[in-house]
Amino acid sequence: MDRVPILKIGDILLVSIQIDMEDQVALQLQEDLADRVVTTGCHGVIIDISGLDIVDSFVGRTLATIASISRVLDAETVVVGMRPAVAITLVELGLSLPGIRTALNVELGMALLARAKADERAGDSEWDEIDDEDAETAADAQP
Amino acid sequence: MSDPVERIAVSTDQDVVRVRQLVRTIAVSAKLSLVDQTKLVTAASELARNTLVYGGGGTVEVTRVDNGRRQGIRIVFADQGPGIADLDLALTDGYTTGGGLGLGLSGARRLVDEFDIETAVGQGTSITVTKWCR
Repeated sequence: MDRVPILKIGDILLVSIQIDMEDQVALQLQEDLADRVVTTGCHGVIIDISGLDIVDSFVGRTLATIASISRVLDAETVVVGMRPAVAITLVELGLSLPGIRTALNVELGMALLARAKADERAGDSEWDEIDDEDAETAADAQP
Repeated sequence: MSDPVERIAVSTDQDVVRVRQLVRTIAVSAKLSLVDQTKLVTAASELARNTLVYGGGGTVEVTRVDNGRRQGIRIVFADQGPGIADLDLALTDGYTTGGGLGLGLSGARRLVDEFDIETAVGQGTSITVTKWCR
């Protein structure tokens, strides 16, 4: 079975998917990435899908799951390089990839991760978001 | 003159990849636009996976078609699996019995121009999709 390589660049893990993945290969990547996030302590994951000419619901779900797993392990995931035709097809398929951050290319993805990290250091953003959500929930609960 | 039918038996993950590659090749030769190629290959991937996962394997047949005005591609996904008991429910976004997202069947239908499904409980399912060149 093919395996998708994972490269470590500084504080980021970079995955560039260049093959038409069997479902098992996608699931293996999910496991491999979780392991590498833990063993390297990286805080960012970039998944380059510019080599993919389609993203179906299985691969879409795998990307969303990778993002969720990484977040639980204290790493942010950015999916980069989606082709325009793939974006059009994904939306028509009904898959809008909620919870996944995207950027147009690897460079912009790295900038996005750097910004997220800087925000986190400044101690705002994430906690503010949670506070806001709590406030909204509380407001909804009011009669 | 009738166009040759390309046929793939689907019994493993690897066969789903072969279906995608075959549909891609024929979509390119039929001069479908890039977006339509992408939609058709994506729909084929969803339906071939359904044939494997829910139908227990089956066959996929791809043919070039011509209705006199336009050229297109027709794909038939057939299995002898358990069939679909409630078709309306199976075609609803988000409904799944297999732990997926429930977008395969309903999403694939949106990605093609024509979508026919024949199914009977205990006898299997046959889905025919067609995409026409614009």
